[in-house]
Amino acid sequence: MTEQKQEKTTHPFWVMVQKEMSDQIRSWRFLILLAIIVLTCIGSIYGALNNIRQAVSDDSDFIFLKLFTTSDGTLPSFFTFVNFLGPLLGIGLGFDAINSERNKGTLSRIMSQPIHRDSVLNAKFTASIIVIAILFFSLSFLVMGMGLITLGIPPTPQEFWRVVFYTLVSIFYVAFWLNLSILFSVRFRQPATSALSGIAVWLFFSVFYGMILNLIARAIAPSGQTTVDEYIRFQELMLGLQRLSPSTLFGEATTTLLMPSVPTLGFLTQEQAYRYIPSPLPISQSLILVWPQLTGMVAATLICFAVSYVLFMRQEIRSR
Amino acid sequence: MSEPIIELAGLTKKYGDKTAVDQLTLTIYKGEVFGLLGPNGAGKSTTILMMLGLSEPTSGSVRVCGIDSTRQPIHVKKKVGYLPDDVGFYEDRTGMENILYTAYLNRIPKPEAERRAKELLERVGLTDAAHQKVGTYSRGMRQRLGLADVLIKRPEVIVLDEPTLGIDPKGVKELLELIRTLSKVEGLTVLLSSHHLHQVQQICDRVGLFVQGRLLAVGDVQSLSEQLFAGEPTVIELGVDPLEDQLISALSKMDGVRNIEQKNGLLEIRCDTDITTALLDKVRDMKLSLYHLTRKQYGLDEIYHRYFEGGEPA
Repeated sequence: MTEQKQEKTTHPFWVMVQKEMSDQIRSWRFLILLAIIVLTCIGSIYGALNNIRQAVSDDSDFIFLKLFTTSDGTLPSFFTFVNFLGPLLGIGLGFDAINSERNKGTLSRIMSQPIHRDSVLNAKFTASIIVIAILFFSLSFLVMGMGLITLGIPPTPQEFWRVVFYTLVSIFYVAFWLNLSILFSVRFRQPATSALSGIAVWLFFSVFYGMILNLIARAIAPSGQTTVDEYIRFQELMLGLQRLSPSTLFGEATTTLLMPSVPTLGFLTQEQAYRYIPSPLPISQSLILVWPQLTGMVAATLICFAVSYVLFMRQEIRSR
Repeated sequence: MSEPIIELAGLTKKYGDKTAVDQLTLTIYKGEVFGLLGPNGAGKSTTILMMLGLSEPTSGSVRVCGIDSTRQPIHVKKKVGYLPDDVGFYEDRTGMENILYTAYLNRIPKPEAERRAKELLERVGLTDAAHQKVGTYSRGMRQRLGLADVLIKRPEVIVLDEPTLGIDPKGVKELLELIRTLSKVEGLTVLLSSHHLHQVQQICDRVGLFVQGRLLAVGDVQSLSEQLFAGEPTVIELGVDPLEDQLISALSKMDGVRNIEQKNGLLEIRCDTDITTALLDKVRDMKLSLYHLTRKQYGLDEIYHRYFEGGEPA
């Protein structure tokens, strides 16, 4: 009898996920973020469509993917926008996950229900990631649909899967920022502080990190007579440093997925470049190429999650 | 009294160097209303948090309904309803939605949850406001919604942290009556913390005095005052007309009278034992008219002042 009863009811975790999702979707913040992202995407696709004739005449392979990567010079391309605005979406959805509940006094009430403490974090994360996934998939499919209408050519299966994988990678990327902002929301009491910290990290990686790397590069660049080995070592070091930034990882991953003609993400010597026959990579090879990037992003996400988990477990849930 | 339902043994919680709760040992029995009484920062809330497994004790053990709160908080939380002080609700949801959410978190099936929610909202007098957003609720309404929220999972024990804080006197009266009924009619065990003496005095079967993390005394208000004021003189206030020095000197010669003071036209007589009858006889003998006679009761107020404002406890 009791067994039957248990089966009929939803697990508390999914009850929480449901509630969080409806909270997110109903909130003004989500509508604003949605508006920003949809508008910029429409803008960039409009630019791409204007320019696609030119782009296709240069290289007629993978026309569909060009919708995501081409720009007319006034507006950045779709994938550049996602690279830039994705973090904002992640931060926007997560920055007040825990601290607002704490400030409203709902956290202690919820925690006194028979649920595990980590369920709160997990539910918040799951709900936001589901919302983001739905958003990104609909955006990608919308772009494909618009392409279908305006170009009149259907995408090849390979193009379709590349777009799907690209969308998945974008979701992972936003998941990293989401987790980072959830971490800040656990750490900081004030939602404003946690939002600002999230935005600071985002700005650091998208603006300042490149500058700092330039400075370092100038300082340690081999000067005068250098051997090829030395130079390669220098380049590899710089690339390694660049890859500490999640947006570099994401950029590399999306470039590989959306531009099949990119042969490698590393460094090509002249000799290698000379021997290289330009031809697009099959999708499996592109995936293998971005695997390390993907792993890196997932690892960063997991680290953020683990830290917020530990912090949250140690915190005491006081009322207000 | 019957079986114990909350057992605290040697419970200690330290924050760095500061000891919030110090070697607390306390047993609360099934069906009683227990008041945890103490000033702000005495460690009442910390103790409650440890009972629910929301905070880990530094040492000692907590058992609620026979379950270890530190080890198995989930099982404890199924049986205990907790109303935090200054309870928070999702403001943009209605009262009904808020308590239904709690019901679903407790795995109550939908039809049953809806039935209980309706019933409880009626009971706490929120039927009309059930479909209003909580953001529009007054403080008293929130507190009553909180009580409904606590009760929807049909707990065995309810823990109320400062339940009367910030509510007007009428609201307090209603809330306390509700709590009292719950305890008496449904056999719920109620633990409430407060620094409002009169309220606690009204509805508690027993109270515990809690200061600086230590439990100083436990018992009902009557025995507590006896315990605390043992050896203290009984104070009798006497008002007679006319008030003559002759009377005072006659009274001070009586057995057991320690001293007599004149205050606002009344005589305050301190004596070792209760000599009210003897006093009355005296007054009658001297043919004076009596208009005032009280024996001073030590209520929680006096107990409170003695402990919290009189510096070091006796």
